[in-house]
Amino acid sequence: MRLLNVFLATSALTLFASAASAVDLEFYFPVAVGGPAAGTIQSLTEDYMAAHPDVKIDAIYTGSYADTTTKAITAVRGGNAPQLIISLSTDMFTFIDEEMIVAWDAYVTEEEKESWIGGFYPAFMANSQTEGKTWGIPFQRSTPVLYWNKEAFSKAGLDPEKGPADWAEMVEMGKKLTVKDASGNVTQWGVHIPSSGFPSWLWTGIVAGNGGLLADDTGTKVTFNSDAAVGALEALVALSATDAVMAPGILDWGGTPKAFFEGQAAMIWTTTGNLTNVRTNAPFDFGVGFLPGLTKNGAPTGGGNFYLLKGSTDEELQAAADFVKWATAPEQAAKWTIATGYVAPRPDVWETQTMKDYVKDFPQALVARDQLDYAVAELSTFEGPKVTQLLNSALEAAITGQKSPKEALDAAQAEADATLAAYR
Amino acid sequence: MNRRTWIHAWLMLLPAFVFLIAFTHLPAVTTLIDSFWTTGKGRRAAVFTGLGNYQKMLEDPIFLKAMVNSAVYAAITIPASIALSLAMALLVHRAFRGVSLMRMAFFTPTVLPLIAVANIWLFFYAPGFGLIDQIRLFFGLPSANYVGQPDTALYAVAAVTIWKEAGFFMIFFLAALQTIPQSLREAAAIEGCGRFTFFRRVTLPLIMPTTLFVSVNAVINAFRLVDHVFVMTKGGPDSATMLLLYYIFETGFRFWDTSYAAALTVVLIAILSVVGIGQFFLADRRVHYK
Repeated sequence: MRLLNVFLATSALTLFASAASAVDLEFYFPVAVGGPAAGTIQSLTEDYMAAHPDVKIDAIYTGSYADTTTKAITAVRGGNAPQLIISLSTDMFTFIDEEMIVAWDAYVTEEEKESWIGGFYPAFMANSQTEGKTWGIPFQRSTPVLYWNKEAFSKAGLDPEKGPADWAEMVEMGKKLTVKDASGNVTQWGVHIPSSGFPSWLWTGIVAGNGGLLADDTGTKVTFNSDAAVGALEALVALSATDAVMAPGILDWGGTPKAFFEGQAAMIWTTTGNLTNVRTNAPFDFGVGFLPGLTKNGAPTGGGNFYLLKGSTDEELQAAADFVKWATAPEQAAKWTIATGYVAPRPDVWETQTMKDYVKDFPQALVARDQLDYAVAELSTFEGPKVTQLLNSALEAAITGQKSPKEALDAAQAEADATLAAYR
Repeated sequence: MNRRTWIHAWLMLLPAFVFLIAFTHLPAVTTLIDSFWTTGKGRRAAVFTGLGNYQKMLEDPIFLKAMVNSAVYAAITIPASIALSLAMALLVHRAFRGVSLMRMAFFTPTVLPLIAVANIWLFFYAPGFGLIDQIRLFFGLPSANYVGQPDTALYAVAAVTIWKEAGFFMIFFLAALQTIPQSLREAAAIEGCGRFTFFRRVTLPLIMPTTLFVSVNAVINAFRLVDHVFVMTKGGPDSATMLLLYYIFETGFRFWDTSYAAALTVVLIAILSVVGIGQFFLADRRVHYK
């Protein structure tokens, strides 16, 4: 009997508690970088709840991007979707195909469409809009840059303050930076472009630097074997095959910063997410520059967007949208960028005093921002992971010399066309 | 009275049954049913295709590659890990100074999580500054990128599995060796039997049940242990390390083609059942020394 009383009392309390806060929100977020990202998200939601006592946000850490997508899709299929998630910007078409997200357009005023959605860098919005609607709000976004070892540059007789301006210069410098020991084995490579797992990401930048694009914004059409794309892959393969400035075979992502620190590679391509890591661990001075392009500047973007999920009331989704508006406002976004190293997604964030102080101390962070003017969308289509995997396999086949670049890309194009035919 | 014990027994079994049905039998049956349908998406409902998914497999080059890779991977890891673990067990099944230290050293890889092991091995294999490459460079050999080249990647991954498993299997062999009566050894010594003959004619037959148990586990693990593929190669380069289970994961949870993944799972279960049942029923007759 007493047990029943306790039970009734607690249930009454729970009822009361949920009635007191008008809106309960669930929010899934992944962490893909080192550093205090999870703690920063928690403190952001706590700050928001303190200022808005009528909203309760339960921020749930859901592992990697892939895990978050998996959990979100499972939750939607199970009928208890969270209102808000952060996941890969390239998952947009997958989510649309699953009919699990709603566009942001219904939850912003006409004025906010201009001032808020219109205020993000266009390079980031390229992976966030399709069919005339906005499906994702850029938040934890990044872009790859080139890091160079100033000490190695000095030793090779190069100007340590100047990185390569274009591809030809990178190859030329790379030849001077490639050092061999007495028996002819290479002890330091000129360039290191990682290619394990997802070579398509960096390669998108090489293609953009050659004046090409891999997909259009409908998500149903890819151009893997355009002249620009074939040329870009030939240039990448040539780095090891004929220019002899890069180690042959597939190069690991995780080992890339290490290869840089150990002096194994004088120039590396990797994400700005590694800025803090390199800054802390490189035992020498380093420079950061744009990705050198074949004919012009070009780079991909990457990282995660906010998505609104179907299955909740309008009131709840509105509350979630309001939280995102607040989280991407300049002060909050600045705090987030400094804590994680992600590129602040709006020009007005860089205008805040907090960010100005930060870049004064750490000007390398500006390179990523300035490169956004030349950045293109990361490859994103319907059946995205599958189409991307087709491309990745083709790139790996070409890099390891199994197929010629043209042959590999033609095959990937044909397979991708077959996969996407259902969506046209 | 009898009836009450009967009810009692069922009640005691009930929790286990509920979990077994909810998490093993029901999913297995739904997997089989799903494999006859296409994957439903929000915009397109699932339709019945019969054996469509199975037909697709025959034309899927990555599936065929995964089957070949899995076979090669099994053919390397199963005998190698059993032979290595038996050798290690024989080595430490003696009394000498530091034997427990040596046993511990052999067993350590088993305790480590496979994901951590894979990350460590990735640095062993790293071209240029990795452990293996440093040894190669010391002897004047050129640098090699083991996980980054399609012709070596699968062997590089298999080596990690063998390293990881051998210590675990060693424990079973060690336990089996301890049960061989000392009197047999003495009798053999009196008969003037050599060590190798003793091993071949006495030890090996007596530990046969353990060898069967270990080999069943090795077979299951050859299909089941793919954690390091996630870390080391993600099935690449160009599907060179694509194993059946990793392909199922990729199809199901990256491509979200859950029906095709269900069909692949059915194939995997069929292979495992045939191999497992075959091992028990065919080998069992010859395993027990009489």
